[in-house]
Amino acid sequence: MAGTETIERTMKSAAKHSHAHTAFNEEHVLHELKHYLPSQTPIKDFIHHNTLHAFQQMKFYDAIFKAGKIFGYQVHLQLTEFRELYKIGRVKKDVFDRILNDRKGAEAEAWKVKLLTKEYDVINNSRLGLLRAEWKYQYKIDLDNSVHPLLFRILCSYLDQGVALWNFPVKNKSFLGALQELEKNSYVSFFKTNRAKQFLLNGKCSLTDLLKMVVGKSEYFEQYLFDQQFSHQGWSGMAASIEAMPNTLLDRRDISLHDLIVVELLFEIDALDFHLGEKWEPLTNKMNKEPVNLFADVSSSELQEVIQLWQETFEWSYYDEVLTGISLNKNRTRSISSQRNFQAIFCIDERECSLRRHIETADKNCETLGTPGFFSVEFFFKAENANFYDKLCPAPVTPKYLIKEFGSNEKREHELLYTKKAQTLLPGFFASIFLGFVAGAQLFLNLFRPKMSPAISNAFAHMHTHSQLTIENKGLEDRENDLQIGFTIEEMATRVESLLRSIGLVSNFAPIIYAIAHGSSSANNPHHSAHDCGACSGKPGSVNARVFAFMANHTKVRELLRERGILIPDETKFVGSMHDTASDQIGFYDEDSLTQKHILQHTKNKLAFEAALYANAKERTRRFASINSKQSLTGARASILQRSVSMFEPRPELGHGTNTLCIIGSREITKGLFLDRRAFMNSYNYKNDPDGKILTGVMRPIGLVCGGINLEYYFSRVDNYKLGAGTKLPHNVMGLIGVANSADGDLRPGLPVQMIEVHDPVRLLIIVEHLPEIVLKAIQSAPEVYEWYINEWVHLVALSPEDGNYYYFKNGAFTKYDPLLQPMNSIENFEQFVEEAKEMETNEIVDATQENLPVYLLN
Amino acid sequence: MEHLLQLFILVPFVGFFVTLLLPRKKEKSVSFAVLSIISIHLVGLLAFVAYWAFNHFPVLNVKHLTLFQTDDIEIFINFYFDKITAVYSLVGSVIALMVSVFSRFYMHREAGFKRFFSTLLFFFTGYNIVIFSGNFETFFVGWEIVGLTSFLLIAFYRDRYLPVKNALKVISIYRLGDICLILAMWMSHHLWHENITFQKLNDAVLMAEHLQHHYWFAVFVSLMIVIGAAAKSAQLPFSSWLPRAMEGPTTSSAIFYGSLSVHLGLFLLLRTYPYWETIVPVQVLIIVIGLSTSVIATLIGRVQSTVKTQIAYSSAAQIGLMFIEVALGFHTLALIHFAGNAFLRTYQLLVSPSVLSYLVHDMFFNFKPSSFTSQSSFKNSIYILSIKEWNLDFLLHQLLWKPFKWFGTRFNFLSAKLASVLLAVIFVAGLYAYFFQQIIPTAIFDLLPLLFSFIAFVLILKTFAERGDALRAWIEVVSSQLFIALSIALLNENFEHTHILMYLSGSLVSAIVGYVCLKRIKSVDGNIQLNQFHGYNYDQPILGFVFLIAGLGLVGLPFTPTFIGIDLLFSHIHKHEIVLIVLTTLSFLFIEIAVLRIYARIFLGQHKKQYHPIAFKSS
Repeated sequence: MAGTETIERTMKSAAKHSHAHTAFNEEHVLHELKHYLPSQTPIKDFIHHNTLHAFQQMKFYDAIFKAGKIFGYQVHLQLTEFRELYKIGRVKKDVFDRILNDRKGAEAEAWKVKLLTKEYDVINNSRLGLLRAEWKYQYKIDLDNSVHPLLFRILCSYLDQGVALWNFPVKNKSFLGALQELEKNSYVSFFKTNRAKQFLLNGKCSLTDLLKMVVGKSEYFEQYLFDQQFSHQGWSGMAASIEAMPNTLLDRRDISLHDLIVVELLFEIDALDFHLGEKWEPLTNKMNKEPVNLFADVSSSELQEVIQLWQETFEWSYYDEVLTGISLNKNRTRSISSQRNFQAIFCIDERECSLRRHIETADKNCETLGTPGFFSVEFFFKAENANFYDKLCPAPVTPKYLIKEFGSNEKREHELLYTKKAQTLLPGFFASIFLGFVAGAQLFLNLFRPKMSPAISNAFAHMHTHSQLTIENKGLEDRENDLQIGFTIEEMATRVESLLRSIGLVSNFAPIIYAIAHGSSSANNPHHSAHDCGACSGKPGSVNARVFAFMANHTKVRELLRERGILIPDETKFVGSMHDTASDQIGFYDEDSLTQKHILQHTKNKLAFEAALYANAKERTRRFASINSKQSLTGARASILQRSVSMFEPRPELGHGTNTLCIIGSREITKGLFLDRRAFMNSYNYKNDPDGKILTGVMRPIGLVCGGINLEYYFSRVDNYKLGAGTKLPHNVMGLIGVANSADGDLRPGLPVQMIEVHDPVRLLIIVEHLPEIVLKAIQSAPEVYEWYINEWVHLVALSPEDGNYYYFKNGAFTKYDPLLQPMNSIENFEQFVEEAKEMETNEIVDATQENLPVYLLN
Repeated sequence: MEHLLQLFILVPFVGFFVTLLLPRKKEKSVSFAVLSIISIHLVGLLAFVAYWAFNHFPVLNVKHLTLFQTDDIEIFINFYFDKITAVYSLVGSVIALMVSVFSRFYMHREAGFKRFFSTLLFFFTGYNIVIFSGNFETFFVGWEIVGLTSFLLIAFYRDRYLPVKNALKVISIYRLGDICLILAMWMSHHLWHENITFQKLNDAVLMAEHLQHHYWFAVFVSLMIVIGAAAKSAQLPFSSWLPRAMEGPTTSSAIFYGSLSVHLGLFLLLRTYPYWETIVPVQVLIIVIGLSTSVIATLIGRVQSTVKTQIAYSSAAQIGLMFIEVALGFHTLALIHFAGNAFLRTYQLLVSPSVLSYLVHDMFFNFKPSSFTSQSSFKNSIYILSIKEWNLDFLLHQLLWKPFKWFGTRFNFLSAKLASVLLAVIFVAGLYAYFFQQIIPTAIFDLLPLLFSFIAFVLILKTFAERGDALRAWIEVVSSQLFIALSIALLNENFEHTHILMYLSGSLVSAIVGYVCLKRIKSVDGNIQLNQFHGYNYDQPILGFVFLIAGLGLVGLPFTPTFIGIDLLFSHIHKHEIVLIVLTTLSFLFIEIAVLRIYARIFLGQHKKQYHPIAFKSS
């Protein structure tokens, strides 16, 4: 809260920018609100996206400074933090000097002083909340305090998916209608006074009328509504997201932002009537100040430029290292054996980056590839006995297909201690007396012997290993709820072909090709869905891998593929499998369909996978303070497994923390480099795609998926209070749709601090192995794709196969970039390297970032 | 054997100081220290209980440390051990140990890691003082520590608004309970002319005789005990604080509001049972409170759509049943019920985040869309009432706090200058009266204590409602202390000067330190109005800590001289001086709230300078 004078000053300065206000247009304002509110859907499907997606049509820096000014978000690291990063060498001197020289030429020295020592007024007074603050000044009433708790409670009860034992009595009506009906048929009321209640009952609650009554002059309506809804942006955002996607709730509700606003205004009238009697005047009646134009341009300042330069020096300190690494790596001679024991197709997810490195070490004759983890097959999945479908493909896609699971007789187990009966009076009495001691014992076991239980989300339980799937469509009649069950041969072939071509796997097929999806098991973690596969709408990708393998093994599909020029030898078998990124376990599907010869090879390969998982677990231990990273491989893996089923562990894994790179090209360019677990890797072979047709397809989801993940981490990191979910530890599960900090709090969208503390807030650097002009064509294929690049929400570098140079994309064109080529260290003994890695002292950025290792060459 | 009892207090208490000395960033040493201490405590306890059982469960009572002694007053620390203590201490240590092990991982890298563990250990000390106590004074020390640590852990996330607001809300209710205990102590001082030990309460003959002579006074004492117990155990009409207390890390919610702290009200009833077991109205009252809580809390619990609040209300409902069990004399059942409920709620709270994936999964397979049937108006009304928590929170605010706040603001017309001159004059006049009593007419002289006590009360309420400058509020609180002392000094012809010195010596140092802290903040900022939260802990954490200690010292943190002083002062008010006792009691009720409010407004909440990420008010 700023003092009165500063508020006035801000109001004045913002008012200066205001344009002529047009009359209040309800539809337009509602649309604007929905556009700017957080768009996170119920937390069971956590879909990563650019937190500031509403500003994406602007250039990155313009967008963040504007969003910061309007909403009061912190949108970058603090100036002091940047300076600290420079001091500890995390922002490199040579990169720093180079960027300042490039940008500022003769003035570089002067700017150096500005960046390093000049004092700036860094206080950011936001434009939000100024109008509603008037309630406090004029009427001495805190409307938030009087309205929020009950409003949230009613809203949460209405939306509740199954926490309460006694549900909202009217569910088949809209929020407003339900409240109306409830109030009509009851002897008591949610309202303290009569007037607001009568408005509701008589349906005299058009938005404009209520606003006229509460706010007064119509030119203030928009500002008031923004103030009001952004004072609880979590709940408002949730209402708006559910309105846009009603099927995101399993138990549907007819909620709309409009209804929420109407109800809130009614409660505001109620609170005002209660405190002031019915004779209060609308808020703006006595105001002469112009309404604030929230979206007025933000004037640029020197501070903004300083921040911008800092951000870039911070980013390029790492990027330059990566490009140097790739260059140095290219010149190293490596014997490449042409024999292929197996190939493994992983998700592009940066957490698979390290596993791929280890599997390549465990078996020198294997090849790893990367593709978005839904394996180009998009469908809804219905688990056996389930009442609902899971969407298993990227969020923006709406599939037309359904895959059903059947033939498994495994029953889902229940957990006695989770029975809701324990919350009632008499059963609760017996529960306390008897179950209480069981709970005590269970807690003891949880602490000292954690193991998998039905209460833990288990990635491998998404689909039963021994169940069967309806992958092949049986004919036109084979449909359910307007979805085609399974795929036709033609549809299968198209998908398999598209995937194989996109990753450049069109020849040299190994005897076994693994399609390795990923999922994540974790305990006591409402955010578990954020750890699953982003390309599968926040679910484990096991079904996709299995479906893809089935399709690619299908003889008729192979025939079609052969006609289209992809000749998969008969002895090549695809095997679906899944890697649990939290517990570092792997599971294979349909192993019994392998022939004797394959089984032999598969058994051998499995040993390699196991070896790789041990090494991967060991590598991950360096991030976890509770695990001794110096212990043996076996011990390390056991600890990692235990961690994924520990109720007391708020960091079962670190999710996408540290993601920074996206490499689209051959594995050869990064093989032999230690990129930690920071690179999304999409295999792509430019040689098969001279005109960039395939590249266009490959590039389409990259911004949205990888860029979305990266920016969600960026913003949650720089402002974990307003753009992230804060620390997980006080979180309270609200109606199974989200988390809040306490009984009366607002929902907290975004990522919790436990997920982002290892993350360096830098934008994604996408490196594409192709000619700049082809890359340009690919990204310009669609405006929504191009927006990511031209507006600098991600960085893009083309690695030209022609001359081996890097070309950096800026302002619509590629220009040559020469990395500094500083000498680079090598890792001789990997285990020792992991054991000696530095551990952060605190999770403040300056300490935390020291845990992030530079690029190394691997020997 | 009795002399071993003190160890169960000393071990965690010493441990608390050890953790204070450990460096903030050394998580491993902090958690190791806490775990070792609680483990030692548990092992020692197990051995002790085994030995005690081997000796056929004797009731142990031992008088320790005398804090203060004159001819007619003796304040001492007394320990006691019986079956109730055995159950409470075993359950307490086991849960404390499990929660600490859980927290060791759970709290990793949390900014307040050390603060959490130190506070937890301090709480554990308080808890043990309560359950091992052998008289009200000792009991009260522990009771206060539990309250204070509750406040600190609810406001654990002190840079957000809601935790701080709710911490103040909870401590206010706790404070009400504390005051009831002070009154109970005050009255029993006068009834027994000594510090009654719990052991003596078990003397049936003595009790019967006592009741015969002082029936209505005993009813009063019991009533105070019942209110104190109901407040601490979230029974009606106080229940609504319990869900609001769930602001800290899940683990602290589990140990405080799931298990140990919330069952202490029940402990108080168990402990004082011999005192009121024959007083039928009190028994009936306890049953009514227990029954109505269990019904209403169950109803409210049923409509809760958030996991933690649901657990909170169902736990309160079970404690309601335990109240009934105690009142009916089923103590073994109550103890089993307590232990089971404590374990169950601890477990439920600790795993509460996992309810999301468990229930969503469950929905996936077992969900049946409810066929809509319209409910009767009666049911709808119950539903609405339950969502509104039967207006409990609202009513408490309207009936309990608002009138005092209103009263406090009535005196805002006095300008700071005028008020200080006026107060100074009155105070000097009072001193004059004290030293030259003989020249003042008795009729007037008798009214003076009342007058000064009223002035003190007004000053405190004014601070309680103060929205202006924090320094001014602080001065008001400090001067109220002087007026209280004066009023009591005037009351007692044969007043011991040492008593008043004892009281003021504690206050004075605190007053100066607190003043300096606020002055410092003011010199940085210029605006320290109490109409908003300033959040200075962000850049002045040490100053914040010092001010907190000073504030607690001023109002009588356990173990400070002021604390003993308060106890002494109360013993100087006779049992028939009802107006005076009401005023003084209310003063002590509001003074702590007022001081913590100053602390919270200046040092806690969202930092007002937005040069770094700051939480939304609603988060």
